[in-house]
Formats: sequence, structure tokens, C-alpha cells
Amino acid sequence: MDEERQRPSVPWENGTLAPAHHLCTERADSPTPGLVEGTEPGAGQKNAMFVHAQSFEDLTAEAEEARKEAEVFGSRECAEDVGVLVEEKRVEQLNIPPDCRSKEEDVSSEAWRSHKKHMFVLSEAGKPIYTRYGTEEALSSTMGVMMALVSFVEAENNIIRSIHADGCKVVFLTKSPLVLVGVSRACRSDKELLRELQYVYYQIVSLLTLTQLNHIFQHKQNYDLRRLLAGSEYLTDNLLHRLDHDPGLLLSAVTCLPLASSSRGVISSSLQAAKSKNLVFSILLAGDRLVTLVRKKDQFLHHIDLHLVFNLVGSSSSFREGEGWTPICLPKFNTAGFFHAHISYLEPASELCLILVSTDREDFFNMSDCKQKFLDRLSKRSAYQALKEALKSRSYSVAQIGIPELRHFMYKSKSSGLYTSPEFPLVYQSDEEQGRLMALYQDLHSYVHHPTRPLRSFYRCGETENMMAWVTSGFELYLCFSPLGTKALAISAVNKLLKWIRKEEDRLFILSHLTY
Amino acid sequence: MALRELKVCLLGETGVGKSSIVWRFVEDSFDPNINPTIGASFMTKTVQYQNELHKFLIWDTAGQERFRALAPMYYRGSAAAIIVYDITKEESFQTLKNWVKELRQHGPPNIVVAVAGNKCDLSDAREVLEKDAKDYADSIHAIFVETSAKNAININEVFIEISKRIPVTDAAGGTSGKGFKLGRQESESRRTCC
Repeated sequence: MDEERQRPSVPWENGTLAPAHHLCTERADSPTPGLVEGTEPGAGQKNAMFVHAQSFEDLTAEAEEARKEAEVFGSRECAEDVGVLVEEKRVEQLNIPPDCRSKEEDVSSEAWRSHKKHMFVLSEAGKPIYTRYGTEEALSSTMGVMMALVSFVEAENNIIRSIHADGCKVVFLTKSPLVLVGVSRACRSDKELLRELQYVYYQIVSLLTLTQLNHIFQHKQNYDLRRLLAGSEYLTDNLLHRLDHDPGLLLSAVTCLPLASSSRGVISSSLQAAKSKNLVFSILLAGDRLVTLVRKKDQFLHHIDLHLVFNLVGSSSSFREGEGWTPICLPKFNTAGFFHAHISYLEPASELCLILVSTDREDFFNMSDCKQKFLDRLSKRSAYQALKEALKSRSYSVAQIGIPELRHFMYKSKSSGLYTSPEFPLVYQSDEEQGRLMALYQDLHSYVHHPTRPLRSFYRCGETENMMAWVTSGFELYLCFSPLGTKALAISAVNKLLKWIRKEEDRLFILSHLTY
Repeated sequence: MALRELKVCLLGETGVGKSSIVWRFVEDSFDPNINPTIGASFMTKTVQYQNELHKFLIWDTAGQERFRALAPMYYRGSAAAIIVYDITKEESFQTLKNWVKELRQHGPPNIVVAVAGNKCDLSDAREVLEKDAKDYADSIHAIFVETSAKNAININEVFIEISKRIPVTDAAGGTSGKGFKLGRQESESRRTCC
């Protein structure tokens, strides 16, 4: 197995709160949980599994850069004025009588307008590519106006960022050859909506590659991209649903199936042994939770790419039978080319799905053999039974931690890009309540990731619950307490919780990562 | 009993029921809410034909436009192709003709072609006449059958017809084995582990 159990000597000299020599040896006994990146509970023991997985900023940085560049030219205020002016026109345009077919929604109706979050994708020629609600045809003139706005501002060497009007935020993301527009009444900041637009962009790239997109639009500017995306819209629909409900997408992190580290070790090494020349990543999923990931040496997977894989597998029942073989572009890895993924479930009706990512499109039977080897090897070991047992229980209950006033929490280790969260307690069993709790977390998240004034910690008493967030360079922690608790209780609870996570980190996180 | 591996691919427009036909044949099940296939799906089923066992290696391809360029990978080296259309959609029958053309031009020379008009349980909404389709299939010397994956009509029959039309044994390697990498490799070094 893995001999290298030593922690890497990452420089953490500046501002370390915990003594470094403790960390090298007895992690679990460390008196203060590490507040520094790389020492927090759940930090990977070898180099991380993902590329620069730590930040939410990571996702929005690119767009920000482009904007800053644009700001160098010309005045921003001017652009915003124009924006608001044209906004009024836009609202009028929405009243155009539509020709509504499928998706069964009248885009002129109040119901359509009152959706919490709209997403539109169009080409630079103004052709509709995707809308979350209603049909693209019915929205072609609306999208034309959106494109007109973008080009109008661009003509002045500016980039349109957003329009704020009537309690509504309209955020633009130009990613040539696509333009993405998000409209929301609920979002606290532009940045949040921008992050979601980025995800939608990457979803489309993962289906087609950027190279192909560019090629198509260079040849034919007014190409109707829906032809190529036909039958795949539900992937974007599902991604948008996940963005509202999955903490992993909010935290830019992935959660693991809680499992004894010895069992996980056996599974990982079985997967490691089933290798093949062109195999780059082997990923074992249990529903939306990661069991293990083995990668080629020096190749990293970005959490966005992993979420796209989760989305692909989770959205489609078509992998349920037989063995799937599909091209997939992992845009954070390389926007230019396709990988080829072998996707299959380990057993019928099981949650365990194995994804083998190869560079060769003719590699199907090699991948199929790898899967068989892995399965043959694993099924002889007791770890397979342990894995199946672990699948039966949903997750873990917050009661196990022994903090009566704590209802729920989300803890993310920044350096590993992994997070852990207990199952929802009884109070939050209904979809509605879960949605409300997620919205509260989203609020906390936007406070601690505010673009200009990010907060380190945040505590808010509410009528139905008290919420708290705490961010250090090592972790992000979001908590939900009963409304009867006090701030002092909350703070002592945090310490107790961090100790508990440290104690359980072997089970909750993947601490060592294998390569072929 | 001799075992022959026959590579079969399913082609046709999206939503005509290619996967449903395969599921019915392999699993004898039907799911009305099946998602569109992504990329391609591989399944096998072994059936007895006369004194041989025929192991069908079935490539169920996605009908969506974005996967179109991958099709040659699947029909290359196939012993047979089942091209599926939806009897309630005239357009899908036109797409089928394009597939036939493509196979004639780029497919293996001896490929057995089967034309399957699926969803024959929905004959109230029929747009493609059985006779027209049959005439067309005869003109290209293809197997013709109307099927219903939902009601399990004529599904096994398609595969039996294919078995009948496949040239006799000694040509087996020639028809299905050569010149493609997507065939199963015979030499599998399966080590038993610790």
C-alpha cells in the first residue's frame, strides 16, 4: 500500500497557530485543530486530488480578470447607465406573444417571469441556445435584445457586467463564442450568479469542446447550436437544479462516502491495480458521493470537472444497463479535446458507479477489462461488504457529535477540496425546509466570499435557527444551531465539532490519494 | 457447441427506441421513461442458433447529432446493423435512408442490414406505411420487420433473422473480426490476485 504516510512539508511558517511538529506525527491528537491550509481536519496526506481546488474565487477569477482588463478602457458608469436604460426595453420585450410548444410554459405569463432564477445561453449572433424555462424559439427576440446590449457596450470597448433593476439582477458572461445571461431576484451578489453561469458554460463545453464550438461559429456565425445540443438539455437542467440544492457546488468541493479508511484503502488499491496504458482517472461514485479516485501521476482533476462527471452520471438512467462509452470533455483539464469515459454500475440496482477515463476513443474493451479486473479483485475482499454496508446508511447523524444545540453543518477542508455534512435533521426533512436551509447557507457563503468585503466569521440569530460561518485559510465551516442557543454556546460547539471532525477524519475524508 | 461472436450495431434517429429494443432483447424489460443514450452502450447476449451459440455484441449508439461522427467506430467491423425508425415519424424514416447510404459507402461490404419500424403498437399515429417500408427494405436486400419494444413484438425475431443471414461458420473471422479495434480482444490474461 501507500508507504508515504508523511505529510508534505508545505510552507506554513507564516502565522501558524498549531505547532508544526505535532502535525507531522500525531494529527488526531493535535490540541488545536489546524487553522492553516494543509493542516485542517480532512487535509490530504499526499498532494491533493484536485488542482487548486480551494476557492470559490478560483471559479470566478477568470471572468473578473477579463472585466478588469475591460475596465481599463472607457468608463464603467457610462456602461451601467446604458444598461439600465436598455433594461426597460428588455422588460417590454418579454411581453412578446410566444409560440410555445414543449417545456409547456408561456414566456409571457406571470408564472414564467416569477421563476427565481433564469438562465439563458445565446450565440454571439444572438441565436438562442438554451433557456431554463420556456422554449428557445419563443425567446428569440428577447435573446436578440440581450445580444444587442452586449454588443452596444462592447462597441465602446467595455464589457457589460450586470444590470440591477426592480429588485432583479441580470448578469452577463461573455465567453466567446457564447454569451450567458442569468436573471435572478434571489441572488445576493452578482458573483453568485456569475459562478452559476460559469458552470453552465463548462457544461456546454464538456459536451462539445471549445475547439469544436469555435470551429462551428467560425464557419457559420448564425449556426443553430441547438442541433448539437438536442437531447442533452436535461444535463444543463439538472446542473441548474444541483446548483440550488447540492452543497458541493456551492462550496466548490466534493463529499465522500463515510467509510473506514482501511476499507477505502483496499478499494483504492484494487482500483489502482486495474490500470491500463491510456487510463487517466478511475473514479468510484456512490450516488453523489465519492468513494475513491485514482489518477495518473501528475494529472489532477478539477472539482468542476468532477461535478460535471457527477452530473452526467446522476442525470441519466442510460448508464444503468450495460456499459456506457462516451466522449467527454473535462474543460478545466483541457477545453480542446475529448476524453472517453467508460461508465458502468458495479451491480444492477447498485449505487456504485465506476467511471474510467481514457485518452483513446478505441479503448473501450481495455476499459471494460479494467473494470472486470477491479470487480474480480474487490469482490474477494471483505472491504466490498463494508462498502455495501456503508451505502445502506444515508450518511451520519448530527446527534453522534453530542452537541445538543447543533442542528446541521457543512465543513470544507480547503486543501483537499473535500467537504462533509451530516444528514438533514428532522426539522429539515421536507424539501421546502431543506431548500430554505440551503438558501441560508448560500447567504452565509456570499457574506464570507463577498467580492470587496469578505467576512471571516459571521453569526446571525433568527427566529427559526441561528446561523454561523467561520472561514480560515484552512477550512470553511457553516453551521446551523437551534434558535435557543447563544453565541457563546455556538463558539464552544465549534471547537467541539472541529475536534470531532479531526477524530473522524479518516472515515469522513479521503486522506491519501493513489496514482497508477 | 461452437461460439460465434457477432458484432451488431443499432443506428437511427434519436428517440426511435434503439435502446428499448436492446433492453427488451437482453433484459426482457421496458422502461417508458428511459433517458437518451449518451455516447453508446454495450451489451451482450448469447442465444442458441441451430448447433451454434451466437454471442451478440451489441452496440447501442446514441442518435443525437453530436455523436454522429462517432458512428463509423461502431459500424466498422459489424456483422450486422439494425437501423431503426419510428413508424409514427416520417422524418425518422428519411434519416434511416441516410444511414443506409452511409453504410453502403463506408460500412463493411458484407454487413447484414435490418430495417426495424419500431413502436408498431402505436399504429393509430402511423405515418410510415408498412408496405412502403417493406418495399424499400426489399430494394436494398435488408431484413424488414415492424417491432414494438413495449409489447415485445418481433424483437427476438430480428436477431434470429440476423443469425440466419450471417454467412456460415468458417467465414466467421472474416465477417466480424478483421480491421477494427473495437472488437473484443481474444487474449485476456486474467491473473488471480492475492
